[in-house]
Amino acid sequence: MRRALDLAYRYLPALVVFVGVIGLWEWAIRGLGVRATILPAPSSIIEALGENWEAGRLILPAAQNTLFEAGGGLLVGTGLGLLVAFVVARFTVARDAILPLAIAVNAIPIVAFAPLANNWFGTLSPYSKMAISAALVFFPIMINVLRGLTQVEGSALELMRSYAAGSFAVLTKVRIPNALPFFLTGLKVASTLSLIGAVVGEYFGGLNVALGRVVVESASALAFEVTWAAILVTAVAGISMYLVIVMIERLLIPWHPSVRGEQPA
Amino acid sequence: MTPDPTVVRLAGVEKTFTLPDGAPMTALTGIDLEIARGEFVSLIGPSGCGKSTLLRVIGDLTPPSSGTVTINGKPAHRARLDRDYGMVFQSPVLFEWRSVEDNVRLPLEVAGGGRAQREARVREMLALVELADFARHHPYQLSGGMQQRVAIARALSFSPAILLMDEPFGALDEMTRERMNSEVLRIWAQTGITVVFVTHSIPEAVFLSSRVVVMSARPGRVTRVIDVDLPRPRGVETRENRRYFELITAVREALRGNDGHEPDAVSDSRLEAEGFSG
Repeated sequence: MRRALDLAYRYLPALVVFVGVIGLWEWAIRGLGVRATILPAPSSIIEALGENWEAGRLILPAAQNTLFEAGGGLLVGTGLGLLVAFVVARFTVARDAILPLAIAVNAIPIVAFAPLANNWFGTLSPYSKMAISAALVFFPIMINVLRGLTQVEGSALELMRSYAAGSFAVLTKVRIPNALPFFLTGLKVASTLSLIGAVVGEYFGGLNVALGRVVVESASALAFEVTWAAILVTAVAGISMYLVIVMIERLLIPWHPSVRGEQPA
Repeated sequence: MTPDPTVVRLAGVEKTFTLPDGAPMTALTGIDLEIARGEFVSLIGPSGCGKSTLLRVIGDLTPPSSGTVTINGKPAHRARLDRDYGMVFQSPVLFEWRSVEDNVRLPLEVAGGGRAQREARVREMLALVELADFARHHPYQLSGGMQQRVAIARALSFSPAILLMDEPFGALDEMTRERMNSEVLRIWAQTGITVVFVTHSIPEAVFLSSRVVVMSARPGRVTRVIDVDLPRPRGVETRENRRYFELITAVREALRGNDGHEPDAVSDSRLEAEGFSG
């Protein structure tokens, strides 16, 4: 009972604001007569979502395809990011050679490459979107994990030295656990980026059953309720991915202040 | 006063750092010191006298620029690989992702060996520092003094020959510090381990030690070695003993004698930053 009250206190304000904003939105459209081409009412967006869920624009299969691209990109980008981070952390030479380059490349807006990726991997192929997604995911993972592997307290390393620990033991017992919170921080950023990469990739062409295509095509057909419905689904997908990572975080690093802070003892 | 067998033997130890501007700086010079098995020796001196550096030289965390460090007849490097050193720093340096027992187990995991034996040793060490009830707690759930006790249990878990302690209670409040002093004496008596203890607290050095090694400001030299002939076991009454105050005065005068001026810009922390930035 107490717990339920605590939860209510914690989430009630956010819920009230959310419902309030939606209500205000609905009222503004109906009451002030804003045209649907400018901003459709929430009710008509939900209606459009229902009508196009498994029929019409096929939002559900489109979301499945887009999530497949984003998920693949997240997986590949994370794998590459981890690989490069470990190599760079291990070899100082690699750090000097790769890091400045990586940081420079990171400063380039990678979505600008989307049309090229379509050209390289096939406009109709999901892999072209996956490539953009992976490229976006790579950097936050690489930089964060690298930081976690290398930013280890000096005295922790001295302790390991006093145990006559080899570099493998230092890696598995100190550096990797130390990098876990950094990795998960990177993963939160990366999950959002993976979805952005997939959707923006789709903007530049591809099969019609994809959220990015639904957005582009419904907008050019002036069916803005459908556009908003597709954006809504994208938003829900992004938030869901983020929440999954928060759950993983609670499982993997319950000891970390960022996790503990949310549940004061 | 140096009965055999000698555990630590320092001969002509010198340590020179290169400052960021390229200038050499002598942190330690002409250090000769012998420490016998089972002794409790404190290193005391003004900031910047290199007492922490000396501890690190003994523990093979940094090599001396010249001179030799011999531990149980072996070079310091060999001694480190043989796991002869238990280290305790000012900050407990507990691994926050490990529970108390997992932290104590860490050096044993690195060393390898049988699981059952390891677990028995972890339990034994936690009992020694009186934290058996906190085995499954995480470091953040413990007070500063308790965390430092975990660090001591961890340092002793693999039965090192020497315990090197670098201002281990410097960050604790006075009450906790006095309690920890008694605690460390009890552990020392129980284990019979040789302790080298860096501190800047005169009462702490006198209360704990069999000998107090007084060092001068840069370049760090040993200026006096004061035998502490207070009876053991030491406790509350020791701190009210007349001899205790006489010894405190003796150490203070020894410090003043070689430290007429305040140490200037280069401090211990700068030395450490220079030598151990990696």
